[in-house]
Amino acid sequence: MSLDISFIGILIGSIMASSVPLILAASGELITERSGVLNLGVEGMMIIGAISGFALMVITDNLFIAIVGSMLSGVIISLIFGFLTQSLLTNHVATGLALTIFGIGLSAMLGKNFVGIPGKEFPILFSSLRESIPFFGPILFGHSIVLYFAFALPFLTNYFLKKTKLGLVVRAVGDSPVSASNQGINVILVRYCCILYGGAMCGLAGAYLSLIYTPQWIENMTAGRGWIALALVVFATWSPIKVLIGALIFGGITILQLHMQAIGFRIPVQFLSALPYLMTIIVLVVISRDSRKIKLNTPTSLGRIFYKEK
Amino acid sequence: MLHKKNLKGKFKMYKNFFRYLISAIFLLGFSVNSNADFKVGFVYVGPTGDHGWTFQHHEGRNAVEAAGIKTTFVESVPEGADAERVIRQLAQSGHDLIFTTSFGYMDPTNKVAKDFPNVKFEHATGYKREHSNVSTYSARFYEGRTLLGHIAGKMTKTNTIGYIASFPIPEVIRGINAMTLAAQKVNPNIKTKIVWVFTWYDPGKEAEAAQALIDQGADVIMQHTDSTAPVQTAEKAGVWSFGQASDMQRFAPKSILTSIIDDWAPYYVERAIAARDGTWNQQDTWHGLKEGMVAMGPYNSAMGADLVKEVEQLQKDLASGKVHSFTGPIYDQKGNILVAEGKVADDGMLAGMSVYVKGVEGDIPK
Repeated sequence: MSLDISFIGILIGSIMASSVPLILAASGELITERSGVLNLGVEGMMIIGAISGFALMVITDNLFIAIVGSMLSGVIISLIFGFLTQSLLTNHVATGLALTIFGIGLSAMLGKNFVGIPGKEFPILFSSLRESIPFFGPILFGHSIVLYFAFALPFLTNYFLKKTKLGLVVRAVGDSPVSASNQGINVILVRYCCILYGGAMCGLAGAYLSLIYTPQWIENMTAGRGWIALALVVFATWSPIKVLIGALIFGGITILQLHMQAIGFRIPVQFLSALPYLMTIIVLVVISRDSRKIKLNTPTSLGRIFYKEK
Repeated sequence: MLHKKNLKGKFKMYKNFFRYLISAIFLLGFSVNSNADFKVGFVYVGPTGDHGWTFQHHEGRNAVEAAGIKTTFVESVPEGADAERVIRQLAQSGHDLIFTTSFGYMDPTNKVAKDFPNVKFEHATGYKREHSNVSTYSARFYEGRTLLGHIAGKMTKTNTIGYIASFPIPEVIRGINAMTLAAQKVNPNIKTKIVWVFTWYDPGKEAEAAQALIDQGADVIMQHTDSTAPVQTAEKAGVWSFGQASDMQRFAPKSILTSIIDDWAPYYVERAIAARDGTWNQQDTWHGLKEGMVAMGPYNSAMGADLVKEVEQLQKDLASGKVHSFTGPIYDQKGNILVAEGKVADDGMLAGMSVYVKGVEGDIPK
């Protein structure tokens, strides 16, 4: 078993790479939920992002278009959810579930002709620094641009919610849409924007899987990561920084359990496979014990339908 | 007046339509059992485009179709309750012969076979033939694994071979053992590291497992899963890899040394014709390099001409029976003898293999 310092660096690097889709999707969903909308369609939006990104890459041979297109496809599919829940006032939970089922089915249909095509190599940044600096090299360098964006996102989200006026508006809409509406805020518009933003981030998370992490299209390739992102938001008590911590723990233990197997630890493999879920929940529950803070962060009217009279 | 006439005409039209419909249904009912409408059904565990396991079965189906026999297929059918529903549906909808192409379909296949004694079933890689209309077939993939082990043992610099395993069933364990024995023969210091992913098909997880093995020092990766993710990960990391089930060279042109290719086509055509002509009998088929059910992809020139020659000779000897993958003495992990010196393992032992041989690290999950 090799446990030297440079190996740990490589390990942390691969843990970071595996947690990127969770961070992106959960950060997007966090904004949606902070505005009082519960969108359970994360998995569906991710898988649509994955196929759109891959299909556009094959068709246009341009990774930039593929990435932007995947985000746009997330926006479009979340627009359906927005229209149903905000304009037609349907139930958030049911509509979100329908969105996931729809997304998985639609992506399989759209993806029929893209199965088995090898993906393109995604450019990585600072690859020379990665090799030359031990330990910190593999952690800080040699990643795709999407990874750097994903790791900045929770901090940006935190700043946005706490320090900007717009963030205050989103929180107000999520806590008490009636009061916000009486203050002259267009609640429906704010919620629409938050839903679309969440869609874009989920689309990007899906594209990360199909373009960068395992560059190929495969049916159902998100394999439940959307649901984990959803759970992360709740267990992180709607705090962006805790979402980041939770995603890293989940990704970390997923990778570590594979390493423990490769090293030959005498622990039942089934237990190791369940470990990421267990540990993430335990850690997030422990770091979020402060009930006053939970109350402060929880969007009070989450999932409730807002209807403006008149 | 005009209106009334129209109505009458419409009624007459409907009456005719129903007449046609009823006669069509009768025709259909009779034609199901006739020879001309002989139909073969296929159940796949993955998508036809996985470029691995299912892709090769689909190639076999294409060959049956080319032989002039009608076929249908259902892809991405999960092993479990869904499988039984799909197999039953195929049996009900007039298929005369049904190939179920994954180990996990074993019990569902036998269950449905009981209720449809006139339909013939062919189950891949299983061992249960509970009813006279169920045959089983498999390929001696372990012969391919022996060649992979020989190559891996010669090519590794770190003496560590990484192996991504799916489920702890005899077929997978047999592959791990055959590979390790062959690698030990050419390189006694070899170590096999195994990661169980508990899936046939999850590219993300397969890639992570490959990366974990590479990070743990493996410089040759092989997998008993169905996607191309492990070879792509190996290509990125600059280590050696092997294609599984299908020629995966174009997914990792530098990294792939060769591929084990499953060629089901001749068997499928033979069995479909036998079933159509009424000569189908229950049997248990286990073909290998000799019959061509297991074939090898092109050898990578990076292996060097000498090694390629060596491996080609070994391939010939395995096919002719001169060399057997499991030739004694073979010991288990604790050092107990499994196969005595000078003996070879019989098919019964191979079919039920459930222990690792010496040199494999870790335990088999229960």
